[in-house]
Amino acid sequence: MTRERKINAGLALALLAFPLWAYFANEPFMITLATKVAILALAGVGLNIALGQGGLVSLGHAAFFGIGGYAMGILASHAQTFDPIAEWPFLIEGTKSMPIIWIVAVLTSGLAALLIGALSLRTSGVYFIMITLAFGQMFYYFAISWPTYGGEDGLSIYVRNGFPGLNTLDPIQFFAITFVILMLAMGFAAMLAKSPFGLALNAARQSPQRVETVGMTPYRLRLVAFVISGMITGLAGALFADLNRFVSPTMFSWQTSGEIMVFIIIGGIGRLYGPLVGAALFIALEHILGGLSDYWHIYLGVLLLLIVLFARGGVIGSLAGRGHAHD
Amino acid sequence: MPMTDAVLATKGISKSFGALQASLDISIDLRPGEIHALIGPNGAGKSTLIQQIAGGMKPDAGQIFLNGQDITALGTAARAKRGLARTFQISALAMEDTVLQNAVLGALGAQGRPFQVFGTALGKADLRATAEQALDRVGLMDHAKTRTSELSHGQRRQLEVAVALTLNPKAFVMDEPMAGLGTRGSKRLTGFLDSLREQAPILLVEHDMDAVFTLADRISVLVYGQIIATGTVDDIRANADVRRAYLGDDT
Ligand SMILES: Nc1ncnc2c1ncn2[C@@H]1O[C@H](COP(=O)(O)OP(=O)(O)OP(=O)(O)O)[C@@H](O)[C@H]1O
Ligand SMILES: [Mg+2]
Repeated sequence: MTRERKINAGLALALLAFPLWAYFANEPFMITLATKVAILALAGVGLNIALGQGGLVSLGHAAFFGIGGYAMGILASHAQTFDPIAEWPFLIEGTKSMPIIWIVAVLTSGLAALLIGALSLRTSGVYFIMITLAFGQMFYYFAISWPTYGGEDGLSIYVRNGFPGLNTLDPIQFFAITFVILMLAMGFAAMLAKSPFGLALNAARQSPQRVETVGMTPYRLRLVAFVISGMITGLAGALFADLNRFVSPTMFSWQTSGEIMVFIIIGGIGRLYGPLVGAALFIALEHILGGLSDYWHIYLGVLLLLIVLFARGGVIGSLAGRGHAHD
Repeated sequence: MPMTDAVLATKGISKSFGALQASLDISIDLRPGEIHALIGPNGAGKSTLIQQIAGGMKPDAGQIFLNGQDITALGTAARAKRGLARTFQISALAMEDTVLQNAVLGALGAQGRPFQVFGTALGKADLRATAEQALDRVGLMDHAKTRTSELSHGQRRQLEVAVALTLNPKAFVMDEPMAGLGTRGSKRLTGFLDSLREQAPILLVEHDMDAVFTLADRISVLVYGQIIATGTVDDIRANADVRRAYLGDDT
């Protein structure tokens, strides 16, 4: 086992152990914090596929996070008022079933990623950052000005959605759901990185010319990566909405995109467990320092600065060293 | 359509960068089984021509043919798929990846199914076999697990050639594959390219005159964006224009 694998296993265990401790210590709020970490990490796992493997600095991933959130909000709000979403051309009703909500969240965010990616991936560098940012903001303003689903105030869902065989209102059971999904997503991301597709995608980041010269098109590789990335972040959005039982345009804001990116950088860009470490530190800082000062983001900023200046592989990079090229 | 038996041909290629004429009405061809060397002083426009042939740069005028088909409108990837393999003067490799991964990337491109997400790239027996065979042929198999950024300049050139081999192309276009190799390395690669021409013809840009005179069936001389002579080694050696313009001989 490489050093990084050991560290990763320890992190996965820690994420499991913390809420279990909280469960036996009767600290449900701590379970909620762990759940939040798992969900944000999932959003980060999504972005990290585009950012770490594809080298695509997307500042618009809040669009997918928000779409996932609103997929949940819209489906659940219709279910709670027994008011169908559409009656024509065929009847579409709301639902309180998590698996169905997840599928809708993944498909809609994937579709959005396909459209946004198809347009923005024609550019690169600063232009790509600006275009993804602009798309994200477009969704944000759209959500604000859409009164049907709460506009600026957002949408409240009174009861958490259900999962067959589980009581999702029980914090530890809901945590278990998010933990399993996170692990599956990380397993998928790890598989992707080593797959033929991952090899080509990572090569397109390092030398697009090389990839073209052997007969592959970087644009297509990146577009597929962007769609997969958006889908995972969208799924995280649906879970995040379910955690809070609330969706609002904030999920679409550029700050959301920025925060996901910031904690990936802190954890380690392109490292499998980077998003998890980053999300955990982010939530811990927010919880610990947020109680002391309204300006806790300053400390986050200092941490980010230190990482960028002195530890470019992020926390995982400092602990595990440079990744192994040949594993 | 120019010379039907040519594997690769350009017809009247011109390219300028502002006032600089980098290619002027260039028509050259590459015939089956031959090594056609393209020589010329620094800045003559050799790499610019290679770049236009490979698809990285659009000519202002003229056409490029591969096996008689006009490929001028195609992009780099499409040309590669049709059997054009090029190596770069300044290595373009995935530097963080291993030597083997770079070769597998070539094999993956040649196979044409890049969207496989199941199974590992290095675990695909067919891809790996193609890659290892290519590395073996250029003598890089001992470095298969080395990170590409750790290779010497010359080894990177060899890897460029190995990746080109994985494509099993119809024509090779190589931009200074000997650069940085040293005398022994150059000798080895010269021997290797000599045997490679049977597999596919090579358009070879090279500054190493020993290699050029050993290998070339024909030589074209490019000066200030223009081909001033094309012929056999003996023709070129005897050509007064070439001696004046390029070999620096004014006797
Ligand atoms: N993209 C570009 N924009 C402007 N000028 C360029 C560009 N690419 C090449 N040039 C110029 O075109 C001329 C030909 O360059 P090129 O690289 O093709 O020469 P070369 O024959 O390959 O030289 P060398 O032997 O040094 O590799 C040079 O003067 C170079 O500066
Ligand atoms: Mg050159």
